[in-house]
Amino acid sequence: MQPTGFLAAAVLAAALLPAPAVAAGPAPLAAQGCVGCHGPNGGGIAAGARLSGRDAGELEAILRAYRANERPGTIMPRIARGYTDAEITAVAAYFAAIR
Amino acid sequence: MLRTLTRRASLGAALGLLAAPQALRAQTAARLVVVGGGFGGASAARFARATYPDIQVTLVEPLTRFVTCPYGNLLLGGYRQIGDITHSYDGLRAQGVRILHDWAAAIDPAAKTVRLRGGETLAYDKLILSPGIALRYGALPGYDEAAAEVFPHAWVPGDGSQTRLLRRQLEAMPDGGVVGIAIPANPFRCPPGPYERISMIAAYLKRHKPRSKVLALDAKEAFSKQGLFQDGWKALYGPMVEWVPASSDGKVIRVDPAEKTFESEFGVRHKLAVGNVIPPQSAARIVIDSGLADQTGWAQVDPTTLASRVAPDIHIIGDANNAAPMPKSGFIANNTAKQAVASAVAALRGAAPPEAVYFNTCYSHVGEEYGISVVNIFRAGPNGFVEVPNSGGVSPRGDLPEQRRLEALYADAWYASITRDMFG
Ligand SMILES: Cc1cc2nc3c(=O)[nH]c(=O)nc-3n(C[C@H](O)[C@H](O)[C@H](O)COP(=O)(O)OP(=O)(O)OC[C@H]3O[C@@H](n4cnc5c(N)ncnc54)[C@H](O)[C@@H]3O)c2cc1C
Repeated sequence: MQPTGFLAAAVLAAALLPAPAVAAGPAPLAAQGCVGCHGPNGGGIAAGARLSGRDAGELEAILRAYRANERPGTIMPRIARGYTDAEITAVAAYFAAIR
Repeated sequence: MLRTLTRRASLGAALGLLAAPQALRAQTAARLVVVGGGFGGASAARFARATYPDIQVTLVEPLTRFVTCPYGNLLLGGYRQIGDITHSYDGLRAQGVRILHDWAAAIDPAAKTVRLRGGETLAYDKLILSPGIALRYGALPGYDEAAAEVFPHAWVPGDGSQTRLLRRQLEAMPDGGVVGIAIPANPFRCPPGPYERISMIAAYLKRHKPRSKVLALDAKEAFSKQGLFQDGWKALYGPMVEWVPASSDGKVIRVDPAEKTFESEFGVRHKLAVGNVIPPQSAARIVIDSGLADQTGWAQVDPTTLASRVAPDIHIIGDANNAAPMPKSGFIANNTAKQAVASAVAALRGAAPPEAVYFNTCYSHVGEEYGISVVNIFRAGPNGFVEVPNSGGVSPRGDLPEQRRLEALYADAWYASITRDMFG
């Protein structure tokens, strides 16, 4: 894919889409941690569950439950405890917006 | 297609840096040079191209194929082949990264240039430096480059020959022999790495040479995920693994490749069938030669931007910097790469850097289907990197076979994801 294509399309997409909620997030690079295990674009890989295209409310509720120790997990509760409300909201919105 | 575009749009917006088209056009010539195409450098180059298409990215890396340190221990265990951990730069090239297979020979921070061994000089607006570590040959008496052909370190990726040499030695040794591992004091690359290596070598010996043992001689008293590792060794390998802390004469003070011995502090000479020396380390030579390291041998950086404390247009990421208490891990190299690139681009555009949050998970294999992990989240504090209180931590202890099985699977997902994130 050509860089100019990226740029034009990105600008176009930004114009056509409703402003993603993630834009307001104070630490958007939070979502970059997730792709370290959940595959490119959070699309899922091997045992790393898919995050992309899932409902933002669902993702947010799951992350909050992990953080509150209300949902058992192998590793996610330890991870979720490191993030703020705003980051959890931003991360959920970011992955939900990927189709 | 649309999926990719949407991602780019939201990521760009997320970073607050997807400016109006005319602002982007005004920035067309910005030059980002990345030195080192490993965990930090490849991540930086790929992220920069994907996120800021208007920026020119040049990557300088001597190797034409990259062999990862992560999962190298699984090769020693016999669970992976070299091809499984070898990656090509074709994906980065296809993404528009200009790749020069050469060494950076000298950096001039004032002129903002990098001179390559091949003779070319590259000018940069921002430099991302991720050349990894240097092994301090000579710091451990008897251990030099020639000795590494007898006692491999297998601790820098190179072309994979060190890891393969160690594997061949394990295959060739007679049953009943001792495999010695000399482990250095902090700080060093991959704090849990030596202990995963102990585990994977023991796993191989248990299957193929069950009368042999691993003797791990450590310059420290304690180590990463210690309780979990020791539980696992006991459960899986019993007396085949002996770990000796410094206070019990674990510190190796001299190695003798001709005699095949490690000598410990109290004068004991351990005769070995195979010896693995993980030597003391510093930042890679280019960092030191360019005056970017302090007297500790590591580079000091700003915790928000990863910019060098002595050269603000050079962002030093990965194992070469002193980011304590963050570990020298591939995951941290990958995370800091993105923050460094975003900060560099923000500075070029006169904007503030994004708020930093760094994420690390280090999985280790104690057995093929026995994984453990440590999780950390860090932020930038006024005086350095700070771990978020009450977050992260290590896997629970106890007899938890399902937890261990899942963590081994999640480790595979990590490896697959992170290498895709680096190389496409
Ligand atoms: C056995 C082992 C297991 C590990 N397991 C894990 C793990 O499970 N998870 C994890 O997160 N981390 C793990 N690590 C740690 C991880 O490998 C490092 O933290 C990571 O490689 C650091 O990235 P880097 O970019 O700083 O260096 P590297 O990945 O080593 O890359 C540096 C690159 O720079 C190049 N270079 C050096 N000098 C120059 C120069 N002058 N000019 C141009 N290029 C240059 C080198 O050729 C190299 O390709 C492990 C390490 C070891 C040894």
